[in-house]
Amino acid sequence: MTAVVAAPAVPVTPAKKRRRRRDWRAIGAFAVLTGPVVLGLGLFKYVAIGWSFLLSFNDARGTITLGNWIGFGNYAFLLGDDAFLTSLSTIAIFTVFIVPITFIASLGLAVLINSIRRGRAFFRTVFLIPAAVSYVVAALVWKMALFNGLPSGVANVVGGLFGADPVPWLSTTSPPVYWVAVVSLRLWLQVGLYMILFLAGLQAISPSLYEAGELDGTTKWQAFRYLTLPQLRNTSVAVLLLILIAAFQAFDEFYNLFGTGLSGTATAPVKPPLVYLYDSALGDQNYGVGSAGAFLLTVLIVVITLLQGRFVGFGKKD
Amino acid sequence: MAVLPGYRKAPKYVFASVLSVIFLLPFYIMLRNALMTRQQVGSPDWSWLPDPLSWVNFGDLFADTSVPMAHSLGNSFLVAIVTAPVGTLFGSMAGYALARINVPGRRFVFTYVLVTLMIPQSVTFVPTFVVVGSMGGVNTEWGIIAPNLFSAFTVILFRNFYLRFPVELEEAGRLDGLGYLGVYRRLVLPNSGSMIASLGALMFIESWNAFLWPLVIGQDPSSWTAQIALSTFLTAQSVNLPALFAGALVTIAPLVAMFLVAQRFIVRGIAASGLKE
Repeated sequence: MTAVVAAPAVPVTPAKKRRRRRDWRAIGAFAVLTGPVVLGLGLFKYVAIGWSFLLSFNDARGTITLGNWIGFGNYAFLLGDDAFLTSLSTIAIFTVFIVPITFIASLGLAVLINSIRRGRAFFRTVFLIPAAVSYVVAALVWKMALFNGLPSGVANVVGGLFGADPVPWLSTTSPPVYWVAVVSLRLWLQVGLYMILFLAGLQAISPSLYEAGELDGTTKWQAFRYLTLPQLRNTSVAVLLLILIAAFQAFDEFYNLFGTGLSGTATAPVKPPLVYLYDSALGDQNYGVGSAGAFLLTVLIVVITLLQGRFVGFGKKD
Repeated sequence: MAVLPGYRKAPKYVFASVLSVIFLLPFYIMLRNALMTRQQVGSPDWSWLPDPLSWVNFGDLFADTSVPMAHSLGNSFLVAIVTAPVGTLFGSMAGYALARINVPGRRFVFTYVLVTLMIPQSVTFVPTFVVVGSMGGVNTEWGIIAPNLFSAFTVILFRNFYLRFPVELEEAGRLDGLGYLGVYRRLVLPNSGSMIASLGALMFIESWNAFLWPLVIGQDPSSWTAQIALSTFLTAQSVNLPALFAGALVTIAPLVAMFLVAQRFIVRGIAASGLKE
């Protein structure tokens, strides 16, 4: 792949020979083509993160300039702040619900769609189309129509069919039934995306494997357990990772369902870490604490990603 | 399998159909509520159909002076219509160079791009705010757009795509006297249509639906995107519910339309971006 640009079809002239030693035209073209991305990532990632890292050791209230060094003060504050620790347990609970449910549901949908012939494109579209909807709009529908707590709210209408009393879904904290709203919202929005990934994986499995299995008299379940699942291992690892990272970065639906600030509606005070960060960085204008929180969260996500690779990817070498 | 296909598969079709109804229900409710009167929405009784149809809500949506909905939709359009093509072009350019132009330092640039992938996107909103804020980007459209034009993910996907690109085309171009940039612009770019369409569509959806970053940087109503306007509407004290649902419909309409038209490319983009990570 590296020999490609040496243009082997061109007769070697002295000029070509010179160019091969230090090809300034290639270097120039490379610089022009990669320039925007290199500069953009440099400014908005490297400089931003470096600056923010320094800020995290500063008392930076209402300012983004450095100069008020306080060492690990911001980190100590966060680790001693109940609200921050609660936000971590909130996101842990959310992850425990959303990851397995989304994984199983998307795999199930993919297997279902893959096993039917007629109307496959139709069903695929129906399950994927919620992915076009933003979290804000979904939160609106969930908060104001499905789980609004009124007797005419869809969840309560369905519950009423079974004789249940209306439940104020988003403000009931014991038991914490608001999780039903939060988890179902994200499931509806995301399951189609992961279904597509599983579908791509399923379609890459050779049918001859199943034919061989059929000759050996395997049942449907055995075929799924011993052929499909192992063949989907790489896809499964990728999907798990994507669901997990996305769960840890939850912001939109929590912010809108449990409306901060202006909201007049009583809802459970549920704040995942990003909402906490938003409140400290943008609400209180405490950019030092906001930066420190960003780094704590980054470390946490990286550690969990690596751990997950350890456990799920164990013995993966194939 | 050839004998009784219909009977064997029937339960699956029933199951898939029931699920479809559940998946489409939120869309129906959006439509229903957008066409109801305020009294009907507030009524304790459930009704399937608004009667009469209350089209006035769409007018109310744009007449509400506290939420500049029309202006916010315009901002969303501007953000998405700039971010998607420019971001995709930057990704294609860098991806091509990284795949096909062999110069000293290429590996370094590749690693430089790759490392930024490891940092979770939304955690960087505080650092990015610090930089964009110091450059005077708060409450500006460019402040919303600029950081999202550079996607390491898009670069990596394009690089993988160009690694498998037929080399004959480039050789022919070079024989005709084109330089590296000429080959890229005249031959490579016009032949990357499907990849550009799939990643461009994904970028469009992403920037249209983005919430956290526009919320952070666009604090003044003049720089709100449609998502921010809706969110403000949602958390306002006295909310005009039917108008709010009308707003939701207006906001998702362009994307649903695009999804149905460009579905082939969007599906391919999702499949590529998920598996290559």
